[in-house]
Amino acid sequence: MSDHPIGGAHAPLLEVDHVVVQFGGVTAVNEATFVADAGTVTGLIGPNGAGKTTCFNVISGLQKPTRGKVRFRGRNVTGAPVHRRSKRGMGRTFQRLEAFGSLSVRDNVRVAYDIHRGLAGLVRPGAKDIDALLDRVGISSYADERADSIPTGTARLLELARCLAGDPKLLLLDEPSSGLDESETDDFGDLLRDLAAEGRGILMVEHDMDLVMGVCDTIHVLDFGSIIASGTPGEIRRDPAVQRAYLGYSDEVPEHELVGASAGASAVEETRTDLVPVGAATEATTVIPAVGATIPEDVR
Amino acid sequence: MSSLISFTILGLFTGAAYAIAASGLVLTYTTTRVFNIAHGAFGMVMAFVFWDFSQRQGLNLFLSLFLVLGVIAPAIGWGIQRFVTKGLGEGPVSVALVVTVGLFVGLIGLAQQVWPPEPRTVPPFMASSGVQLGDTYITAHQIITIVISIGVALGLYVLLNRTRIGTAMRASVDNPELLKLFGGKPDTVAALSWAIGISLAALGGILLSSVIGLSYYDLTLLVINAYAAAMLGRLKSLPLTFVGAMGLGILQSFAVAYLPSDGFLAGTRAVVPALFLFVVIVLMPQAQLRIGQVKGIVSAPLPSITKSVAWGGALLVFVALLVGGGMSTANLLLVGTAATYAMVMLSLVLLTGYGGHVSLAQLTFAGVGALAYAKLEQPNLAGLFLAAAIAAGVGALVALPVLRLTGLYLALSTLAFGVLMDKMIFQAEFAFGFNGTLQAGRLSILGNAIESTGGYVLVMTLFLVLMGIALLLLRRGSLGRVLIAMRDSPAACGTLGLDMRWFRVGLFGLSAGMAGLAGALFAGLRGTIGAADFQFFNSLPLLLLAVVFGVTSVTGATLGGVGLMLLPVMQSNNPGIAGLIFAVLGFGAVALGRDPNGLANLMFGLGRRIQALVLPQLRDRLPVLPGRRPDGSDDGEDAGLADLLPETPDATGKVPAHV
Ligand SMILES: Nc1ncnc2c1ncn2[C@@H]1O[C@H](COP(=O)(O)OP(=O)(O)OP(=O)(O)O)[C@@H](O)[C@H]1O
Ligand SMILES: [Mg+2]
Repeated sequence: MSDHPIGGAHAPLLEVDHVVVQFGGVTAVNEATFVADAGTVTGLIGPNGAGKTTCFNVISGLQKPTRGKVRFRGRNVTGAPVHRRSKRGMGRTFQRLEAFGSLSVRDNVRVAYDIHRGLAGLVRPGAKDIDALLDRVGISSYADERADSIPTGTARLLELARCLAGDPKLLLLDEPSSGLDESETDDFGDLLRDLAAEGRGILMVEHDMDLVMGVCDTIHVLDFGSIIASGTPGEIRRDPAVQRAYLGYSDEVPEHELVGASAGASAVEETRTDLVPVGAATEATTVIPAVGATIPEDVR
Repeated sequence: MSSLISFTILGLFTGAAYAIAASGLVLTYTTTRVFNIAHGAFGMVMAFVFWDFSQRQGLNLFLSLFLVLGVIAPAIGWGIQRFVTKGLGEGPVSVALVVTVGLFVGLIGLAQQVWPPEPRTVPPFMASSGVQLGDTYITAHQIITIVISIGVALGLYVLLNRTRIGTAMRASVDNPELLKLFGGKPDTVAALSWAIGISLAALGGILLSSVIGLSYYDLTLLVINAYAAAMLGRLKSLPLTFVGAMGLGILQSFAVAYLPSDGFLAGTRAVVPALFLFVVIVLMPQAQLRIGQVKGIVSAPLPSITKSVAWGGALLVFVALLVGGGMSTANLLLVGTAATYAMVMLSLVLLTGYGGHVSLAQLTFAGVGALAYAKLEQPNLAGLFLAAAIAAGVGALVALPVLRLTGLYLALSTLAFGVLMDKMIFQAEFAFGFNGTLQAGRLSILGNAIESTGGYVLVMTLFLVLMGIALLLLRRGSLGRVLIAMRDSPAACGTLGLDMRWFRVGLFGLSAGMAGLAGALFAGLRGTIGAADFQFFNSLPLLLLAVVFGVTSVTGATLGGVGLMLLPVMQSNNPGIAGLIFAVLGFGAVALGRDPNGLANLMFGLGRRIQALVLPQLRDRLPVLPGRRPDGSDDGEDAGLADLLPETPDATGKVPAHV
């Protein structure tokens, strides 16, 4: 699909360079430095509240970093507006869904395509086969439904299809598999490999360790805003600092993470009990995947 | 020299009163994310209550103060938060704005109903006392006000920094989720801040009422000063808000003292706060896109083009019958007025219904169109479109400086714009002139002037119908889809590569152009127009009626136009309840404002239901025509409903989505 190989041997597709983000007194991202290459799948993992989504916001331009730089395809884009980065070939999905709720699934992708074509797209509807894209991510059976009435997992795939309409060089996926059942997750993993094989770079935040370990070429681990480890899945598994950050996560993926991974929030929450960090501040917290809000255990 | 000092003191006094009111506004906004446009209206009503207690009923001054500031105002603030504004902060900005504009209009109506116009005065505190400072005499009221403002500042500082609930308030400013994590109760925090906020509005209103008088509008519009001050603190920082308020007070006082009292610059004296607000908004730093989907948007069904053309034709026939039936000229003028309002409301359908932006000065854009039209040598079609284009240009100019900002700030800058135009431009010599009017000729099409009022009204209706159809066509095309997408998720649009800034400017321009066209046609209808026809304040009932009848549909706009035309008619027929009508409208909008699809959508639903009940029976009785599907009437109501949902596929070959 992409007609020119990108990135090349010189510069990585994406470079995050000593990025710091502070919210009031809270340092959400602390000197984070990592890269993502074209043609590969890069994982960004870490406990809840580690700063993964904030990193994505900085990369895509929705959040101004307090310090640090973001380089994309060899150019410093730290100060560039959101839409300019998108035009340069960056696409993203959201942890908290951002589908166009009052449009149909097909129209969601059509809008993305129209926007991608610029002024021409606004005047004349595109001729491209939108349905082929829906088919590719596996949601064509939902094409005529309103986007706010489809299941979470499907909506995430819709966001991916929407990105793909713009033929991006880099895909930022924020927890794309939450809400998918086991076989859907498998298909999704294959799709990711396919997309990478086309020469795209994929940077993915994900809590499903099977998926991360299965598809990623490189993994960066974020804890309390800092990168504590980077490497191949095998290296990350063996890294003592990572094991410390993830209480209970060991060499073997725990049994119950593999079974019972049916669609829906409860399954994902279950998976995550293993990912609660040792850190005192977040000890008693868990996460509701669709919302991403941190709430105390007793409230739940 | 002494005059400098006395004007500074005067400025500090008004600034102190603004600061008190503005800090209440900041408190409510930061804790609940609801910007209370009606903040000043609350201050106004509370000043009236205070007058009622202390003057009419003759209660003790301190008792009255205590009752208003310590009991009534906090109770109202608490109630408003609990029952009206709760949860608005998470919804679309447009809904929160409409609901508080509803409160604004409703409170003014209420005050007029309860305290009908008559001269009233609130004496200043310790009226006979004061201090002589060199040549300058400072009244005790001024000193008291300044001291109270310092007290408020200290009180708020202690509350926010030294108490548990205050810490919770600050936490909820930064991060509501964090607040819950600390075991705070967001509802208590929100209710408390509204109680304090309304109380501060009341205090500001009472302190100023002895100086500027008990006036429904003047006191209410003081809120613009409060907005301006609060904006300097970016609606967050209380210290900066105080600085802004004091600076504004002094600026205003100096403008009165040192600007010439005649000529063009004289106009600026009245608009210092609006100018200040405009400048501060323009200087605001780039707003970040809102992440987190806006919830609760339901779109009204989109009729097929055939259906809309049919309805438009029916409307034209109806008006033609009215005209042919010998309707009086006075009533014809009313029909033309309704068509004008309907067209202005159509411009709101585009801007608010589809685009999710709020304009608080849509009638002002109509005024620009009317002004341009009245200045034409030849009122022909080209001139008409030129007038509309000028209004569109002005609309784009208003949106341009606030290119980088969104939602609330855009709406507030239209408010400042409306006030500026009202006080400075429309009344200037080169425009309508002070209390003046301009003559405008009837439109001529291809050399034929439409002299008869009936014919002119018919032409106006035609324009309304064409505008409605054009709007629906736009909504169905890719432009319309992008508009809806922008309303549903600006963040996603940005990451898909849409530069929303220029899009917004274009949207504002187009919408203002539509309103301008309506205004130009209106000028031709009336023949004589003046600034009074396009008063900024009337944009607010216009917005409310548009929302009540349904700002997402052409039908809603048409009905709303009729409603707005009837409003003054009802008021002049029943002068005794003129205020009540406003109150009903305002509070009605508060109740209905959460659903921008309004009454029109309810009607659509009802219409479908009736059709579903009636049509199957009709079909039974009719013979089966060739080509018509023989339809089982025993399908039940639901099947009938599904059958009757829009029949024609739209331009892109897809059946339009439904609610
Ligand atoms: N807009 C904001 N204002 C204040 N604090 C914020 C804001 N956004 C994020 N934070 C804080 O920054 C930290 C990192 O949040 P972030 O959402 O990036 O974490 P995450 O790694 O994506 O977590 P999760 O796995 O739960 O999605 C958290 O402590 C969060 O509370
Ligand atoms: Mg996240």
